[in-house]
Amino acid sequence: MDILEYSAVALSAAIREGKLTATEAMEAVLARIDEKEKDINAYVTIDREQALRAAASAQERIEKGELTGALAGVPVAIKDNMCTEGMLTTCSSKILENFVPTFSAEAVINLEKAGAVIIGKTNMDEFAMGSTTETSAYGVTRNPWNTDHVPGGSSGGSAAAVAAGECFFALGSDTGGSIRQPASFCGVVGLKPTYGTVSRYGLVAYGSSLDQIGPLTKNVADCAAVLEVIASHDMKDSTSINRNDTDFTAALVNDVKGMKIGIPRDYFGEGIDAEVKNAVLAAAETLAAQGAVVEEFDLSLVEYAIPTYYTIAAAEASSNLERFDGIKYGYRAEAFEGLHDMYKKTRSEGFGAEVKRRIMLGSFVLSSGYYDAYYLKALKVKAMIKKAFDDAFARYDLILGPVAPTTAPKLGESLSDPLKMYLGDIYTISVNLAGLPAISLPCGKDSRGLPVGLQLIADSFQEKKLIQAAYTYEQNEKKI
Amino acid sequence: MANVITDETIEYVGILAKLALSDEEKEQAKKDMGRMLDYIDKLAELDTEGIEPMSHVFPVQNVFREDVVTNGDESGKTLKNAPGEKDNMFMVPKTFD
Repeated sequence: MDILEYSAVALSAAIREGKLTATEAMEAVLARIDEKEKDINAYVTIDREQALRAAASAQERIEKGELTGALAGVPVAIKDNMCTEGMLTTCSSKILENFVPTFSAEAVINLEKAGAVIIGKTNMDEFAMGSTTETSAYGVTRNPWNTDHVPGGSSGGSAAAVAAGECFFALGSDTGGSIRQPASFCGVVGLKPTYGTVSRYGLVAYGSSLDQIGPLTKNVADCAAVLEVIASHDMKDSTSINRNDTDFTAALVNDVKGMKIGIPRDYFGEGIDAEVKNAVLAAAETLAAQGAVVEEFDLSLVEYAIPTYYTIAAAEASSNLERFDGIKYGYRAEAFEGLHDMYKKTRSEGFGAEVKRRIMLGSFVLSSGYYDAYYLKALKVKAMIKKAFDDAFARYDLILGPVAPTTAPKLGESLSDPLKMYLGDIYTISVNLAGLPAISLPCGKDSRGLPVGLQLIADSFQEKKLIQAAYTYEQNEKKI
Repeated sequence: MANVITDETIEYVGILAKLALSDEEKEQAKKDMGRMLDYIDKLAELDTEGIEPMSHVFPVQNVFREDVVTNGDESGKTLKNAPGEKDNMFMVPKTFD
């Protein structure tokens, strides 16, 4: 069997059984990167020597019996907004072009403890602001299914790397759909956990009340295994939640009998592509055929999620990105007159257009005289959106819908009209506003051969329901 | 468009955001921000009277810990990332005359 065909969990099992070594797995991935990277550009940074050293060390510890976990020896790619000690972390921005963190993100440490081996850092929209991975300062990433198309974003590099076999799994972050949407566009599995499940320590903040780290994987079993490893209670993240139900692989059960699944009618109105709609509804039929009780309902408030999100996310971004001032790390303008001029020039030269756009909007909605009308109003609508989900989950175990209204757009189509790009986030962002877990998994392809994603949303802390239904779908997908 | 962003507003927001935009960027920012605010104004359709603003989805309290140092002296490593450094300190441009 070709090494690259293995799922993450199967690869680790094969390594632990002595069928191959962690070093061979890393060499196979690096060879694939050599072959594919000029077309895909999934990575910002690859540290070959370090990756091979770490793989050899993992192999040694596996042989000694020190590493026995489900991800031991598996090469992983990390989105470039998670700090990795000693390895460049740019957030795909010029302003962090030379930033080498002195510590690693908690999720990264959890992976390393489990024996996963870091290959490098994946490309993204600058500071995770975008839906196409085109706002990166280090070039666009291309969709492995068709390189004229975007991979989605902002975790586009992570999704493309998984789809192209340039890693066995990856970490992404999701503020408004940034794991689920690229997973959908690249035909891989992506999960955004309940807010607080994975520590945000060491994740460069965008919208702190919305950001969550999560897995991008080849299948649902890998997804559950990765989530199980990265979920942890962390005193260094004050929003981290102490959960005792993080044995997510226990939910890999092929059974949805009696599970109640609601399909929001409001997700299938104007704007959705017919092929996406058909693929998603066919997936619902597959689950119904396995015994799930599927019915339509009205979720309500769907069209208010985007304006609410962009107000809150921009506000938080304007505050979070104040730290990039040319003093402590990163880029500093060369010519300036005095401190304030240095701040302004550094930031103006260091940030790209989309980041500036959101910082400006965020500064405005938080400014005196507009705070109540915009920011506070958005926080109130957020409460209403959360309530709408609470009402839905009083009746259903899961909500089923599309991830995005279309499959991956062509490169260059989205950036010319930011508002239009924002509208593509309609099915994903309310999940972040309500702090809910949701999974994206492949459910077919359109007539151009581009993957379509199915989204399942669960109530807070119900990742196991997501995983069980997603696993059941995956097992029965072709049997209908 | 309903929201007309004036030059004064863009100047003011630029000061808050600590961004020095070129004239071209300012014109673009006026257009972009106006359009986004028109769109955000959709929220005014909803009656939010009596609804508590929700900043956090779960009830969260302050998380306290003992004030004990758990990491070592990392000033050397930290300063390596600084654009300017002198005598184990961050070096900044002159702040007043």
